Amino acid sequence: MKTIEKAWGYMPPRRSATFDEHAIAEIRRAAATGIYDIRGGGTKRKVPHFDDLLFLGASMSRYPLEGYRERCDTRVILGTRFAKKPVELAIPVTIAGMSFGALSAQAKEALGRGASLAGTSTTTGDGGMTPEERSQSKTLIYQYLPSRYGMNPDDLRKADAIEIVVGQGAKPGGGGMLLGQKISDRVAKMRSLPKGIDQRSACRHPDWTGADDLEIKILELRELTGWEKPIYLKMGASRPYYDVALAVKAGADVVVLDGMQGGTAATQDVFIEHVGIPILSAIRSAVRSLQDLGMHRKVQLIVSGGIRSGADVAKALALGADAVAIGTAALIALGDNDPRYEDDYRALGTTAGCYDDWHEGKDPAGITTQDPALSGRLDPVLAGRRLANYLRVVTLEAQTIARACGKSRLHNLEPEDLVALTVEAAAMTRIPLAGTDWIPGL
Amino acid sequence: MNQIDIGKWSQRDLNMLRTSSDTREIDLLTTSVRDLNATLQAFGSNTRSDEASFRVLTPNGAHAIAVGIDAPLNVEIAGHVGYYCGGMNKCASIIIDGNAGQGVGENMMSGVIHVKGDASQCAGATAHGGLLLIEGNASARCGISMKGIDIVVKGGIGHLSGFMGQTGRLVAFGDAGEALGDSIYEARIYVRGKVESLGADCIEKELRDEHRAELFALLKQADEAHKADVSEFRRYGSARKLYNFHIDNAGAY
Repeated sequence: MKTIEKAWGYMPPRRSATFDEHAIAEIRRAAATGIYDIRGGGTKRKVPHFDDLLFLGASMSRYPLEGYRERCDTRVILGTRFAKKPVELAIPVTIAGMSFGALSAQAKEALGRGASLAGTSTTTGDGGMTPEERSQSKTLIYQYLPSRYGMNPDDLRKADAIEIVVGQGAKPGGGGMLLGQKISDRVAKMRSLPKGIDQRSACRHPDWTGADDLEIKILELRELTGWEKPIYLKMGASRPYYDVALAVKAGADVVVLDGMQGGTAATQDVFIEHVGIPILSAIRSAVRSLQDLGMHRKVQLIVSGGIRSGADVAKALALGADAVAIGTAALIALGDNDPRYEDDYRALGTTAGCYDDWHEGKDPAGITTQDPALSGRLDPVLAGRRLANYLRVVTLEAQTIARACGKSRLHNLEPEDLVALTVEAAAMTRIPLAGTDWIPGL
Repeated sequence: MNQIDIGKWSQRDLNMLRTSSDTREIDLLTTSVRDLNATLQAFGSNTRSDEASFRVLTPNGAHAIAVGIDAPLNVEIAGHVGYYCGGMNKCASIIIDGNAGQGVGENMMSGVIHVKGDASQCAGATAHGGLLLIEGNASARCGISMKGIDIVVKGGIGHLSGFMGQTGRLVAFGDAGEALGDSIYEARIYVRGKVESLGADCIEKELRDEHRAELFALLKQADEAHKADVSEFRRYGSARKLYNFHIDNAGAY
């Protein structure tokens, strides 16, 4: 780099902390193209997360359980409030809703296979239920979305539970857009729209507004399915205390709370990075809301957004969740951003581990695409096994931590097993700062 | 009372039926909506259309009446209904002898729903097929996100009717409120009265012979074929300028 010698010596060039490399690049990109940046995934910035918590483990006052010997139960039952047939899962790690359209049919099938092998559920998405997905998913949750693409009563009845989607963590208050290049003949037919046009997924439901209406909508769905199926309500994390209270009031069996790290198929980068809150900051408020209503463990809570490992699962459960949902991690387990396709990623101007232009339909791994040549790269049987492996590892990790805390059940983990590493995490989770009994704000 | 398959019915079901010559009556004063719907949903799609007719008494604005039917039943509801009456209907003919609350016939797949009075907002929302006939007026967002249904409203329709309509036909004899057909896809709208304003990407289109024929067939289903002149209607649909995002169209949103 050329430097200018001044009379007082060398002064290195200084980058602005405000106008950093990415901010400058984005301004230049916007000026050149005249359009905002759209991408997939969740927030990429560093936000308070489960890494900011630690488990204390057993010591003089608590007895650990023997690893590989003493049982640590992982089962969870969801939908016990009103549904005649609650969902029973072997592990508390579920697969989040992702659409056929955003994902290839092979990827959807693989998610179903992997979830079924591991004893958990998978979830449909915008665009309806595919036969491959239903046939390969032992437990399938059917998303009821604002667009109602592909929505029909037969599929509702085939589902094991219904998840009404109010929002998602990557974009609370936002709808979606499946760009024309991903609209194959099959996707177009399922969505009752012409091929090749951008398909807008609405941001709010067409026939209800607010919790009072929602209560009646839930009544209708229960009437339609004979009060058998649990009704989940999924929302992006923003005002968790009041949103959860309204969900309970509306009659939900299960609340799904998705933090800003949760992925989306395609949304404006500015939306992903600036709307919604991290899941870490939402869980305790949601749990407190349920506790204040006397509904904790009666209305189950599933949390999602950035779950990566068994440690994250254990921490979420210790904070009061009943289960977690994973999306991004599940796609990675299938083969998303696999370094073996590095040459292809470079051709797209990115690198393995960073690829997020899921909306463009050019995914080298064959997951976020409708291109037959690309989607054919993904073997749904093999990918399903990889997902099952990953889910088993995550579960074993969570059990390892739980046993170390002396718990014979994952759900016996509790807030007092945790400490916070940062003041922010302590304030958000109401967990004391490590080495102190201090909880900011209390 | 008709001869019916007793095997399908519990004694309680039988007790709640009043005897009539052709039609079984269920009174919601003494029967729950749950029991009513369970009764109607027990009929399969192979039921003959003359096999089962029901008359629902004292609806009193109850919600979710006659949802999820999957058989060609004839159901007449004697009074006003609440939200989502006939929701997701398949094959059944449902007559509402009164006004209908929000979302009547929402996501219906086939069959006919005939509202003798007015309908509240979101009538026929997201519906895939069948005919929704409204004798009176329909409120806001009639046919919102419609996916193949035919809706005929003999009165006017409220604002944002046909919003994001994907396919199907919406006919209004009266006036249409603001932002008709906003962000419409391939649904077709026919209005005889005054249109307050058109929504984004919705334009008036030429009423050609094939559209007159299509409209005539719709009016025939509504028993209006020879009472109304199809030429008095104007056709509205998508300009298709917003089908693929382009920054130059940002001002349209």
